[in-house]
Amino acid sequence: MVKVVHHIKGRKYLYEHYRVGDKVKCDYIGPVGDRSYATKSTFAPHVSPHKIETELVFQKQLAPTFDLTKLRDMLEKVEELELENVDMIAGELEFVLPAVSAVKRVAVERAEYRDLDFEIPLADFPGQIGEVELGATKANGGTRKNVIKVGGEKTMPFYHFEARNPHKPVIAYDVFDTKINLAGPVRKHFEDVLEDPAEWAKRCVKKYDADMVTIHLISTDPAIKGTSAREAAKTVEDILQAVKVPIIIGGSGNPDKDPEVLEKAAEVAEGERCIINSASMNLDYKRVAKACLDHGHVVLSWTQLDINDQKTLNKHLLELGIKREDMIMDPTTAALGYGLEYSFSIMERIRLAALKGDKDLQMPISSGTTNAWGAREAWMKTPEWGDREKRGPLWEAVTALTLCLAGSDLFMMMNPTAVQLFEDTVESLCGFREVEPLDVKDWIGMR
Amino acid sequence: MVKKIGPLDIYNYLPKTNCGECGEKTCMAFASQLIERAVKLEDCPTLMKPNFAGMYRHLEEMLAPSVKEVVIGVGDSAIKIGGEEVIFRHELTYFNQTAIALDVHDEMKDDELLERVKYVNDFRFKRIGEDLTLDLIAIRSTSNDPERFAQCVSKVSDEAKKPLVLCSWSPSVLEAGLQIVGDQRPLIYAATKDTWEEVGRLAVKYSCPVAAFADDDMAELKSVANALGSMGIEDIVLDPGSHVEGKYFSNTLGNFVASRRAAILNKDVGYPLLGIPATVWLSEEGVETAFKEVMIAATMIDKYADLIILHTPEIWALLPIITLRQNVYTDPRKPVAVDAGLRRFGDPDENSPVLMTTNFALTYYTVASDLESAGIDCYLLVIDTDGLGVQSSVAGGQLDAFKAKEAIKKSGIEDKLKHRKIIIPGFSARISGDLEMQSGWEVLVGPRDSSSIGEFIEKKWS
Ligand code: B12
Ligand code: SF4
Repeated sequence: MVKVVHHIKGRKYLYEHYRVGDKVKCDYIGPVGDRSYATKSTFAPHVSPHKIETELVFQKQLAPTFDLTKLRDMLEKVEELELENVDMIAGELEFVLPAVSAVKRVAVERAEYRDLDFEIPLADFPGQIGEVELGATKANGGTRKNVIKVGGEKTMPFYHFEARNPHKPVIAYDVFDTKINLAGPVRKHFEDVLEDPAEWAKRCVKKYDADMVTIHLISTDPAIKGTSAREAAKTVEDILQAVKVPIIIGGSGNPDKDPEVLEKAAEVAEGERCIINSASMNLDYKRVAKACLDHGHVVLSWTQLDINDQKTLNKHLLELGIKREDMIMDPTTAALGYGLEYSFSIMERIRLAALKGDKDLQMPISSGTTNAWGAREAWMKTPEWGDREKRGPLWEAVTALTLCLAGSDLFMMMNPTAVQLFEDTVESLCGFREVEPLDVKDWIGMR
Repeated sequence: MVKKIGPLDIYNYLPKTNCGECGEKTCMAFASQLIERAVKLEDCPTLMKPNFAGMYRHLEEMLAPSVKEVVIGVGDSAIKIGGEEVIFRHELTYFNQTAIALDVHDEMKDDELLERVKYVNDFRFKRIGEDLTLDLIAIRSTSNDPERFAQCVSKVSDEAKKPLVLCSWSPSVLEAGLQIVGDQRPLIYAATKDTWEEVGRLAVKYSCPVAAFADDDMAELKSVANALGSMGIEDIVLDPGSHVEGKYFSNTLGNFVASRRAAILNKDVGYPLLGIPATVWLSEEGVETAFKEVMIAATMIDKYADLIILHTPEIWALLPIITLRQNVYTDPRKPVAVDAGLRRFGDPDENSPVLMTTNFALTYYTVASDLESAGIDCYLLVIDTDGLGVQSSVAGGQLDAFKAKEAIKKSGIEDKLKHRKIIIPGFSARISGDLEMQSGWEVLVGPRDSSSIGEFIEKKWS
């Protein structure tokens, strides 16, 4: 390090020059006499070495003939150096004042363009997500017209540079077995079928081209209607008749009632390879798991925003004999604006752990995206927030997309506009949507 | 791959006196805090002494974030982007949220132009006690005429309270803009393989950050950034090209991910990323396009964009975007909580209602804004539930009758009131019986969603 006192316009300023690698840095320390350290003021004058004994030329922009070795040698011989007649060509003020400067480091090489290689650091994931088949066709003992596959990922979603994940995310439309309160922008699409679950399911498939349908048997909750398991099973049969896509069967969330309801439903849907929603810690999940094993269904392992709980429950289910190919997990979806970050990070953590080889987490992930409609920003009529007919669907679609990027495979959704938007985006990200490439540079000229 | 710096690596360059002047007990603790960016080097007075200058500088280099922090603008409205250290937010936290720019162009009518500038200036949406704002104005030169651009820049900068992005492929147009606002540290957009030298010279001359652009070619983008670097420029932003049409969108996402991975794992081209959802308007127009723009913006916020340029000013489109940004950029290391205790709303007296809620920031601010908009004079008792919301804390036991009773007694509310009646959240209904017994207060179970508190009080409070 060498201290240099520069005389500039009659004042003395102290600088320190030192080497960092093959570069010379020069720090402004302060006016001579005041030794307090002005720390953040590193700047980089360009020095022309052949003039060093007589005058220093600081040029901000141009780095002419610059012989670093020579300068260094010269500087190394001295302890302190007093310079006079310093000729500042540009930017005096910026030089003296420690302004935030775009130019911080000395340019040792001449400004030049070199063609460099860019190397993407590839992750070497040893793990792979299980592939789960949903629905069974006649050939497999069911009556569905098609089978849907989820899972099978080898990398994070849409990281095509690393690997191609085999399946596109899947969307299931929600249907309820009794009329419920729905947000306006959702209700208007189903107004006339709210009291007929079979018609409701048909609407989803015929009009909105649903991949799958979820029938939520919420009326079985004693606090709602207390519909019997038998009656609920009848609804499931109606749905299976009405639509030929693979289906998901959900309970009411009442931990005492659900095992019985799901058992009966699983029984009447035998062979259809439905998803049974769900086995969770707060109910008799063994009963639910057994019903899936007995009647050939996929079990949904549901926990609440806790990666360790999810791992534990999955493990228990595996121990009960459920195979990885017969299992999907739901770590809970918190809506955009209402804890979405928890769901996002937990799904990312789960997926990364699975790809890194944690076998207890190598199941496809499902998201109850409809939770987005719980957010007041989605449903409330508030003129200052703009049209809820647009805001609401976007709320649901952005929730879906964010969790999709975190690793979710299956999305339970409600609003057709949201579904369409999400689906379009996902098609693009999968690399499926053929379009003419554009010259993106034209964006500046858009009128 | 570059080795991650640990506390020990830092400790080696600290004074090792454990004097405690920094507020930490030991130098080692200070080292850990430095990595978490909870403290600054300047907090250690010993390190600031001349004989430690070398150590200080060494530490400064070591602690420089993998993604360079770049400042755009000057003064209070200046925006920091980049500065990131991790790929996934759960690994530490993200530091600087994605900045959002709205675009204007130099052939807009004056009133339209100024209206948009004012819109960005004044845009403010309060969520969870935070003001969500738009951050910059991007001025595109559609005319490609230096004079026209200069005029537009001058009009905008007279009005704008936000930093600018000057957008043109022509160095002379850019320079015309910089002659007006060069001292305001606008972001210069953009330098390419063909223009890096001229545009770079402008960046040096005006001391401004500059964007490097290459169309879906990371090697070229790196080369352009490197060429700018060879001129001594450090404040660079990367635009890998925002292809948002159909399948090409996946390339763009891939480039964003690749860039962030390279920056963090290989310390390679560690600069902030610029995404331009506005390019969606190249192919279509209408509501559909605005919808798509939101989806593109969301993808970019989720996956590493440090700055995005938007075209749609519609509030219904911006709301999900800024909310997502707030979510993704909250610090996962600390629950967002507010202080517990008794709050007053409006001008309550001895007969006014008392309500109860938890100290989760989201819960508190939601309830507070509902009380304010309903214009109710009341007291709100905020219970310390370790920063959990009503439902989660009731489920997890951080909110129970005992705790609620203790909070009532401790708050001193009993001295302020003639009555003994409290409204609790609908989701905490199950503690109501116990609470009545333990506290001797009458407990009213309110609605589940606080948005109907106003109605509830009107009907049930007498
Ligand atoms: C985010 C979240 C979490 C986060 C918590 C974040 C936090 N800081 O609170 C984490 C991940 C930590 C979490 C943990 C758990 N959670 Co949780 N969690 C959620 C989630 C997704 C959102 C909750 C939320 O933030 N809502 C937004 C806030 C603003 O709501 P709020 O506080 O209730 O306030 C509203 C109302 O209560 C009312 N209100 C508030 N104050 C007042 C006052 C008055 C006077 C009135 C009238 C009204 C009112 O208005 C507010 C606005 O609408 C919900 C599911 C969901 N989508 O709702 C589950 C949920 C709340 N969690 C649940 C559970 C079971 C848990 C856990 C027990 C699970 C576990 N894994 O162990 C733990 C408990 C943790 C603990 N206590 O130790 C269940 C609760 C079930 C129940 N009804 O009992 C839920 C409903 C999920 C579910 N469907 O099962 N959770
Ligand atoms: S002030 Fe500096 S020397 Fe003292 S304990 Fe903190 S880090 Fe160590």
